Amino acid sequence: MQIATRQTEGRVILDVSGDIDLANSPAMRKMLLGEIKEKRTPKVLLNLRSVRYIDSSGIASLVEGLKASRDLGSRLILYGLSPTVREVMELSRLQRIFEIYDNEEQALAR
Amino acid sequence: MRSFDSQVSTPKTPNKTGAESASPRSEMLLQLHLKSNPDALCLVRATLQRAAEVLQFREEETRAIVRSVDEALANVIRHAYGGQKGKPIVVSCNRVRKSEHPGDAAGLEIILEDSGEAPDPGKLKSRSLQEIRPGGLGLHFIKQSMDVVEFSRKEGQNFLRLVKYPSSSKLDKRGKGE
Repeated sequence: MQIATRQTEGRVILDVSGDIDLANSPAMRKMLLGEIKEKRTPKVLLNLRSVRYIDSSGIASLVEGLKASRDLGSRLILYGLSPTVREVMELSRLQRIFEIYDNEEQALAR
Repeated sequence: MRSFDSQVSTPKTPNKTGAESASPRSEMLLQLHLKSNPDALCLVRATLQRAAEVLQFREEETRAIVRSVDEALANVIRHAYGGQKGKPIVVSCNRVRKSEHPGDAAGLEIILEDSGEAPDPGKLKSRSLQEIRPGGLGLHFIKQSMDVVEFSRKEGQNFLRLVKYPSSSKLDKRGKGE
């Protein structure tokens, strides 16, 4: 898994690629919570277009990020979900809890 | 979940550690000997994906198999071994056929074996999805994805048996020459 950061005024885009599993979800969690809780970034966008696989530990990290962003009044936005990631979100019935968009253009417009 | 010790029927497929396939008409395809290192998970996923493709599972069924085994292994590493690396895990993959429908396409049986702590029976239940909180989703994914999920403990070893059969719609398509 790799995470690249793009930063503009008041928002950060995290471009995640590869597999998110038990081996590397702690790294994603740390980066996500760092943006939300430590840097207090008002809007964090997670680009999941190049994520081939996500397991329950990855989903747990996303849920933790969502809770932190709600607590602080910021926003966590997901976009570009592959069929694999979308399937896992649906299995965990979290697709309605998260703010999810098809692509970056839509995510940035909100 | 229930023990599968009492369900064993012949012919059995013993593995090196003495675990037996619970399914009739079982044929060993491969066996992986791993250490409880999270870095090994991606290798198992790749292997299972290819095995499911060879057995002609649909894409979504293949994803279900891969996801289930990955989650089960993650549970072994995190809970049975408490995150310790270097502990043994055996993954056995068998081709199985239902005894009542031997002409149907083969299913895939995966048996995970570890020598870690026995799981707390209370934690072998899926949690409610109404509650939005991190954690506890792995077992839910497994139960949603597989046709058979059985846990047993025998002589200090944990055994998790997972079985997935191809969907009937695919069998219908294959019967029509697709």
